[in-house]
Amino acid sequence: MAHNNTPLTEEEKKLFGDLMPDELDEVIQTGLKRRHFLKLVSLASAGLLASHLIGAEQLFARAVDVDVDVDVEDPPAIAVENGVNVSFRVNSINKKVLIDSRMTLLDTLRERLELTGSKKGCDHGQCGACTVIVDGNRVLSCLTLAASCEGKSVITIEGLAKDNELNPMQDAFLKHDGFQCGYCTPGQICSAVALMKEAKEGQASYLTQNIRNQQGSIILSDEEIAERMSGNICRCGAYPNIVAAIKEAQTGKDIEQTWLFAG
Amino acid sequence: MRPFKYTNTNSSSDAINLLIKNPNASYLAGGTNLIDLMKEDVEKPNELIDLTRLALTKIALLPTGQNGISIGALGKNTEAANHPMIREQYPLLSKAILAGASAQIRNMATNGGNLLQRTRCSYFYDTAMPCNKRNPGSGCAAKDGFNRMHAIFGWSEECVAVYPSDMAVALSALDANIKVIQPDGKFRSISIHDFHRLPEQQPELDNTLKRGELISSIELPKNDFANHSAYIKVRDRNSYAFALVSVAAGVVLNGNRIVSAHIAMGGVAHKPWRARKAEALLKGKMATVANFELAAQAEMEQAKPLAQNKFKVAMGKNTIVSALSMATKGT
Repeated sequence: MAHNNTPLTEEEKKLFGDLMPDELDEVIQTGLKRRHFLKLVSLASAGLLASHLIGAEQLFARAVDVDVDVDVEDPPAIAVENGVNVSFRVNSINKKVLIDSRMTLLDTLRERLELTGSKKGCDHGQCGACTVIVDGNRVLSCLTLAASCEGKSVITIEGLAKDNELNPMQDAFLKHDGFQCGYCTPGQICSAVALMKEAKEGQASYLTQNIRNQQGSIILSDEEIAERMSGNICRCGAYPNIVAAIKEAQTGKDIEQTWLFAG
Repeated sequence: MRPFKYTNTNSSSDAINLLIKNPNASYLAGGTNLIDLMKEDVEKPNELIDLTRLALTKIALLPTGQNGISIGALGKNTEAANHPMIREQYPLLSKAILAGASAQIRNMATNGGNLLQRTRCSYFYDTAMPCNKRNPGSGCAAKDGFNRMHAIFGWSEECVAVYPSDMAVALSALDANIKVIQPDGKFRSISIHDFHRLPEQQPELDNTLKRGELISSIELPKNDFANHSAYIKVRDRNSYAFALVSVAAGVVLNGNRIVSAHIAMGGVAHKPWRARKAEALLKGKMATVANFELAAQAEMEQAKPLAQNKFKVAMGKNTIVSALSMATKGT
């Protein structure tokens, strides 16, 4: 991938230090990243970064080719049969890849885009470990052909946090220990994040009592969370903690964990 | 997975022409079943024609004169289950869709694709085993094998598999029509009762679609039991499992008297099983548990269970009674 790690000039350093003092050390050590660029854009739109300032133009010039609109390096030609060129957005970055028509979205994310957060559990649509969010809806990336994702927008576990701030669902899973081994967790969290949207829209489930009565936003009971999350299997059995985490993320209130001992 | 050519089109006539041109091509919609079967080497198309960009996704009232609604074949299951008109006028269909699969799969699966699901018989999936559906003439390993999940109605010596869809069970109770585009561009309409077939001597044929035909929509006639319907699915775990037995029931009532009952069963046959005998017995009777039991008993007496699924006979009876009781109470 096209990273731009050329050291900043003194002028750029000064300007950057004035605008984003907290990030200066990080930028000097590891180079300019996409999130720094996004912050620059927001500062510019707020009028805080005037283009006539010395160094600003260079900063922008180097920022735009950092991680944005990346053409992913093609695999050796021999490895691709029935090649398909796919352009899509992954975690808000435009990606363009040449793939074998057989590649699933899951394999494309993991093997070509270096996004190994989404996990391959069963690879047959039975476990939910590969759950990602495509155009706002949770889907199974192991049963989605990457070729069918042209023009779509994919969010994976790597794309849920904003800068250094975790998504509230990630915070809640941490607080409630919503996992043991952690293998199903990226899928569980992506699924739960999309579930919040479904509940807000008032989507029904098999447990909905009066399906004809179409209310708006729904606060989910424990039973409803279990039913609506049934596509995500956790073999460690962290289910009570997962339910507590989702409840807390949905209500924004502290949820007490309930413990039951086997009788 | 075997190599295949991937083709994308937004024109249904192009899609049909491409399929007709290549005898080894398949349509691709949500892919939740097909891609899995390709990974298992059960389905082996050398070309996939992606239909998901066709504009056949709308849910709309049928033209005036034909009371009812039309559901686009390429719309997603989630959208159909949550559409305000379907929740209000066909809650039975919403419930049946929501009883199937998981939220992720319902977000991917299309309404037309749901109808074309293949059996989940484990011998059909296992290419090392004989299976007349997968490999005609090779025999049926389930007939005398592990057949706990298999058919109790309408099976043949050649095949004892069951059809897995929940949605189609509700469509059967609702007397839906499947509208298809033929290769010559003309439409034809197939009753849901004639769409899927019993295995007989050709279990490799799940349905009566002809090569190249493309489902454009599912049409639901107006019904008078939106306020008295229920879908009950009995399975090995509470959620995200295929049915052992499921029942879709709708009851038209005049006071406490049954004007007509509409009952279809899932998990018991090679197609949604319409319980005509029970329906006939209930017509004009009072809606009481005793009458529900008599009707359910008469229906299930026709069952021919296999070695490991005798339990489905009692389960079927109890599920019919529960579904009728729930439907009578009101949706």
